[in-house]
Amino acid sequence: MVSRTTDDYQRMAQAGCVAITEPAFWAGFDRSSAQGFYDYFRQLTDTEPKRAAQYGIKHHCWLCINPKESEDIGFAREVISIIPEFIECHTVLGIGEIGLNKNSKNELLILEEQLALAERLNQLVLVHTPHLEDKLKGTQLIMDAIENTSLQPNRVLIDHVEEHTVRSVLDRGYWAGMTLYPDSKCTPQRAADIIEMHGTERLWINSAGDWGPSDPLAVPKCQVELASRGHSKSLIETISYDNPLTFLSKSGKFKVE
Amino acid sequence: MPANPMNKSEIIDRYFQEHRAKVLDIAAFLDRVDRSEGSTPDFRIEAMQTCIQELLTDEVGRTERILLLLSDPSVKPIESAGTKGASGAVPPAE
Repeated sequence: MVSRTTDDYQRMAQAGCVAITEPAFWAGFDRSSAQGFYDYFRQLTDTEPKRAAQYGIKHHCWLCINPKESEDIGFAREVISIIPEFIECHTVLGIGEIGLNKNSKNELLILEEQLALAERLNQLVLVHTPHLEDKLKGTQLIMDAIENTSLQPNRVLIDHVEEHTVRSVLDRGYWAGMTLYPDSKCTPQRAADIIEMHGTERLWINSAGDWGPSDPLAVPKCQVELASRGHSKSLIETISYDNPLTFLSKSGKFKVE
Repeated sequence: MPANPMNKSEIIDRYFQEHRAKVLDIAAFLDRVDRSEGSTPDFRIEAMQTCIQELLTDEVGRTERILLLLSDPSVKPIESAGTKGASGAVPPAE
């Protein structure tokens, strides 16, 4: 977790975390060159697995140019051209987190080009859906773009679903992720509510460990929330371990032991 | 679906105090805005007031309906992304 101290890896290990998948994402500022992404991809594929391994956690990652830095098409294409050099790394699970941020034409064009890359390289896809007022529209545009490719929905995880997007994502055959945040997206309580309303098929929870307010221990907190409501160990295991394992194993590279 | 095993009383006993505090937070926030200088109506406050009306309905699905009230209803990509951030409610058309 490039934004986090090693203490967070330790706390996650103590809470029972056995594996992490870290998406390539915005660093809180725009990088000034494609070379900055080259170094970032080295960090994700080399440095972070070593940091996590100190605490017995298997670290995996996804590579892409994120939508917040996709408005400059020439720059984005330079970054995309670097990805194939790293994609064969044994801890890279696929292309992600790609998607949209403000739902602009250029963001959509770069999304389409990265979907084409995933098609060409036969990779899993991790999708970032936009924030707040832009999420509903962006989620629809993203699913439409995917459905213009040969990518199978069951090889795509659409992340950051909330109450107004989860049904359409599941109905269209995708995996749906609920990224748990202290306040800006889905809280552990709301995630538990969504599970009660939509079931556990192709749905899972994940913690965010980014540079903004986020909580790497959100998954265990949601597990506690579900258990305290009286839900079964089996349901909790499905939503926080079995479902991620099933989806991520499609990469052929995901390992927890 | 995996229904919540708790009954209504248990849910209220468990969560009421926490959400009582959240209601007070909203009230204090609106008071803070009203006590401040400036008179221009803000689309975010107007959106919040619409959401509060939705809270008064008695049909399950309030969260989804409120999220829809706070969502951009357009369907086509915008020309360009002038900013990276989101405001949380739909800004008025320029």
